[in-house]
Amino acid sequence: MIVRIMGEGQVEVADSHFPELNRLDDELLAELEGGDEEGFRRTLGALLDAVRRLGTPLPDDALEPSELILPGAGAALDEVREMLSDDGLIPG
Amino acid sequence: MSGVMKRMGMIFRAKANKALDRAEDPRETLDYSYQKQLELLQKVRRGVADVATSRKRLELQLNQLQGQSAKLEDQGRKALALGREDLAREALSRRASLQQQVSDLEVQHQTLQGEEEKLTLAAQRLQAKVDAFRTKKETIKATYTAAQAQTRIAESFSGISEEMSDVGLAIQRAEDKTAQLQARAGAIDELLASGALDDQSGLGSKDDIQAELDRLSGGTDVELELQRMKAELAGGPSAQQQAIEGGAQGNGQQPPTPHRFDKQ
Repeated sequence: MIVRIMGEGQVEVADSHFPELNRLDDELLAELEGGDEEGFRRTLGALLDAVRRLGTPLPDDALEPSELILPGAGAALDEVREMLSDDGLIPG
Repeated sequence: MSGVMKRMGMIFRAKANKALDRAEDPRETLDYSYQKQLELLQKVRRGVADVATSRKRLELQLNQLQGQSAKLEDQGRKALALGREDLAREALSRRASLQQQVSDLEVQHQTLQGEEEKLTLAAQRLQAKVDAFRTKKETIKATYTAAQAQTRIAESFSGISEEMSDVGLAIQRAEDKTAQLQARAGAIDELLASGALDDQSGLGSKDDIQAELDRLSGGTDVELELQRMKAELAGGPSAQQQAIEGGAQGNGQQPPTPHRFDKQ
C-alpha cells in the first residue's frame, strides 16, 4: 500500500505492517479528537518514523496514487483537524 | 472508527474526484495540470537564481572588506616602521572591527549557500517529477478510464503541490535571509560611499591614516633627497651611486591580495 507523508513524498509499505501502523493511527485520532497536543505530536512522530522505517520510498519518477495520507512531521493538531474538516486537503 | 491517515486518504480522494469531475475531458485536465507544473517549476528556478545573485553580491563585498582589512594591516605596519605607534594602533583597531564584519558576513554567506543548495535540490526533484508526469501522461490517457486518470492526475499534482509548499518555505527563508543581507550590504555600500571604508580602487578620497602616512613618508623622502645631495657635493661617483641605490629602496610595496570566495 502506498502512503504519502505530506511534504515528504510517497512510501510503499507492505500490508503485513498495517496492524502496527493502524494501532498508532487510532491512537493519533483519539489524541486529535481529545485535543491532546503533546500526545498528538508524539504519536505522529512515532507513526511517521514507523512508516519510514517499514516502507520503501517511491522513486521520483513514480506516479502512483496514495491510498493513505499522513500529515507532515511539523503539523500541529489544529492544522490536521482543519484538514479533516469540510474544506479537506485540496480545494474543490 | 478509522484513523487519521485513512480519513485523510478518503477525504483526499473524494475531494480530488469532486475537483476533477468538473473537467469534461481528462486529456484537457492532464495538459492543464502539466502546464501548472511547468509554471511552478519556473517559479522555483527564479527563486534559485535570486538566491544565487544575493550570494554573489555577498562574495563581492567580502572580497572588498578583506582587501580593506589587508590594506589597514599594511598601513599599521608602515606607521610602526615610521615610529608612529598611535597611527598603527588606530589602523589595527579599525582592522579589528572590519574583521568582525568579515566574520559575520562569512557566516551569512555559508547560510545562504546552504539555502541555495537546498533550493537547487528541490528544483531538481521537482524537475524529475515533472519529467515523469510528462512521460507518463500519454500512458495514463491510454490506459485508464477517465475516473482513474483523474484520481492519478490529482494525486500527482498534489504531490507536486506539496513539494512546492516545502520549496515555497525554503524560498521564503532564503528571501528573508537575502533581505537581511541586502540591508547589510546597503549599509556597507553607504560606508564605502561616505569614505568611512576607503574602497580599493584608489579612486576614492584618501583616509586620514593614509594622509598622515603620506605626509610622514614625504618628509622621509625629503630627508633622503637632502642626504643624496650632500653625498653628491661631498664625494665622487661612487658616493653618488651609493646614494641613488640607497634611495631606490623601500618603495617596493606589494598590493594586498584579497581572499576570494568564488564558488566552484
